[in-house]
Amino acid sequence: MFDSIAFILGTTLMYSTPLIFTALGGTISENAGVTNLGLEGMMTIGAFVGAAVGFIAGNPWIGFLAAGIAGGVLALFHALASVTFKADQVVSGIAINFIGPGLALFLSRVLFKGSTDTPPLSLDKKIPRPLNGLFPDNSFLDSVLNQYWTVYIAFFLVFAVWFLLYHTRFGLRLRACGEHPRAADTLGINVGLVQYVAVCLSGLLAGFGGAAMSVAVVANFRPALISGQGFIAIAAMIFGKWKPQGAMWACLLFGAAQGLVIFLGRSDIQSVIPIPSEILSMIPFILTLIILITFVGKAVAPSADGIPYDKESE
Amino acid sequence: MSNGAPATVDLQELGVSRKKVSPLVLTLLSVFFGLVIGGIVLAVAGYDPFKAYWVILVGTFSRPKYIAYTVIYATPLIITGLSFAFANKTGLFNIGAEGQFIIGAIAAAVLGYYLHLPPVLHVLACLLVGMVAAAVWGGLAGYLKARFGVHEVISTIMLNWIALYLNNYVVSVIKTAEHLTNPTTPMIRSSARIELFAVWKDSAAGQAWRGVHPFWDDILRTPFNLGIVFALVFAVVVWFILNRTTLGYELRAVGYNRFAAEYGGINVKRSMFFSMAIGGALAGAAGVCHVLGWTRYIAELAASEGYGFDGLACALIGSSNPFGCILGGLLFGTLKYGGSKIQNELGAPTEIINIVIGMIVFFVAMPKLMSLLINQFRRGENHVR
Repeated sequence: MFDSIAFILGTTLMYSTPLIFTALGGTISENAGVTNLGLEGMMTIGAFVGAAVGFIAGNPWIGFLAAGIAGGVLALFHALASVTFKADQVVSGIAINFIGPGLALFLSRVLFKGSTDTPPLSLDKKIPRPLNGLFPDNSFLDSVLNQYWTVYIAFFLVFAVWFLLYHTRFGLRLRACGEHPRAADTLGINVGLVQYVAVCLSGLLAGFGGAAMSVAVVANFRPALISGQGFIAIAAMIFGKWKPQGAMWACLLFGAAQGLVIFLGRSDIQSVIPIPSEILSMIPFILTLIILITFVGKAVAPSADGIPYDKESE
Repeated sequence: MSNGAPATVDLQELGVSRKKVSPLVLTLLSVFFGLVIGGIVLAVAGYDPFKAYWVILVGTFSRPKYIAYTVIYATPLIITGLSFAFANKTGLFNIGAEGQFIIGAIAAAVLGYYLHLPPVLHVLACLLVGMVAAAVWGGLAGYLKARFGVHEVISTIMLNWIALYLNNYVVSVIKTAEHLTNPTTPMIRSSARIELFAVWKDSAAGQAWRGVHPFWDDILRTPFNLGIVFALVFAVVVWFILNRTTLGYELRAVGYNRFAAEYGGINVKRSMFFSMAIGGALAGAAGVCHVLGWTRYIAELAASEGYGFDGLACALIGSSNPFGCILGGLLFGTLKYGGSKIQNELGAPTEIINIVIGMIVFFVAMPKLMSLLINQFRRGENHVR
């Protein structure tokens, strides 16, 4: 019994981590008033760059940082469109979702002899587990807390982003840009600059999120690795009412559903409760829908979210 | 959230010319820039971009067979594009075409095999059930938005995944029931096929006729099917509903300003539901046509196939206009089919096409940048004079 709970908790933490990074990115961008539907594409390029650079450099941390930078660079394009050229942010985000995965697979084929999978990292070249060996093997604490560094970083970042948004001058300015850019502008805040920084930070975090998948949860990049997680992170952000801690809980819930699916899919459990794997796989998504309907009610976005701020227009 | 159309930008605002830039010019320019950037990426990676585009051009237009394939590739994208464009006119963002397409495909594959009906009726039955099922799937997202305020982008993403696993569940059940070795459903019956002359073309008489008609023979080598006819009909129907009916007027009114529409006595919640349901029916029809016309079965899916998102991009390039969707779809058909050939001919990764498509959409999103560029160009001309 304890084993099972430990297993589910452990997988929950592992699977929610990439989502937490990415959802935090979305939270920052949208609080600054820029919708970022391109998180999926930024996450994918991050997953590729993380695994590719990690493999070439022989160090997962270099890969992880490079992934963040790659996500940030892609986000710069989104910022250029959304902030400088007042583009339709949703459309620009959709474009990023074509460019990110397209570029990832293109580069993978160019760099790795035509393959869309990057070469696997050996076990000692993945992101390490800081608490490995601290607890007895297969004990409760070992199953739950013996996680990759990325897991701890993600939870630290939840706190950091919360602090940034609600307890720093920059955070106040950032939220002002999302709520009422004209008022922010009148008070001398450089709305465009704040939004550029926010969007790039969101890309950085989404890139980290992708790498948290490709150099920690698994050991390489492959085409279907991210498929949809960027969108799930967006759902988590909205579900979490555009707040970092809310997004974290939503990601944990989604990770828990995923953990439950993996648990129920184990052969020893299947022999007791046989449920077709396809039906099991639906659970997280059905659960999210039900929760959205019953518990959350109307989620309210920052009021100027998604609307390009134009100084000149009335 | 605007309706995604490249708005006409008044250049007077920008302080130089009085001329307005038409959306068509903006779109064509976006396509051009998308191709240029794709070319630069190819060149940086060490491939000859001119050769690559030449391969795409030759690989799309040099034989009747190639043109037929381009149309076959374009068909589902035109219809999912219409699906997105329709809901978009009501201000809704239908990311769910992906899942609605799958629902339609499931219905077509199951009914196409298990129903026993005469030819035309069989097709109509598949189409009707597929569209209704997908309308329910899409309408559900509309209902959740109207009744509970659940954002349609989230609900449709969730519904897309549920549809994908439903597809896999149906395939596994049927595979077991029919004792098949591969994770697919059995081929649909010939009465449900919409491929042109599907049976006749392989008969002795058909073979003989094809022997003396090389042009038609080349086209009949492909699974060229009635799907494109359906797509064109749907485009006209969508245009008609939106522009010539009360329902369409109401849907568009909600899209322009839902508060004004509500004040004007339009039932906004009902409009949202109908908009998503009709959008769903269209995406479902795309799935039906795809199965009846081309694949003839459904298989287990590891990830979504992208018909919904590709269609979305077609609609954006086509300014969410029904006829723009047709052109957008054909452009995508060209890029996707022609682009699949550069891998063999040049060894250049096919994924360059997704980069090109993404860049086109990216430029379409920025009418302001495009107008500025045109403006610069015109100013340059004036200096010359």
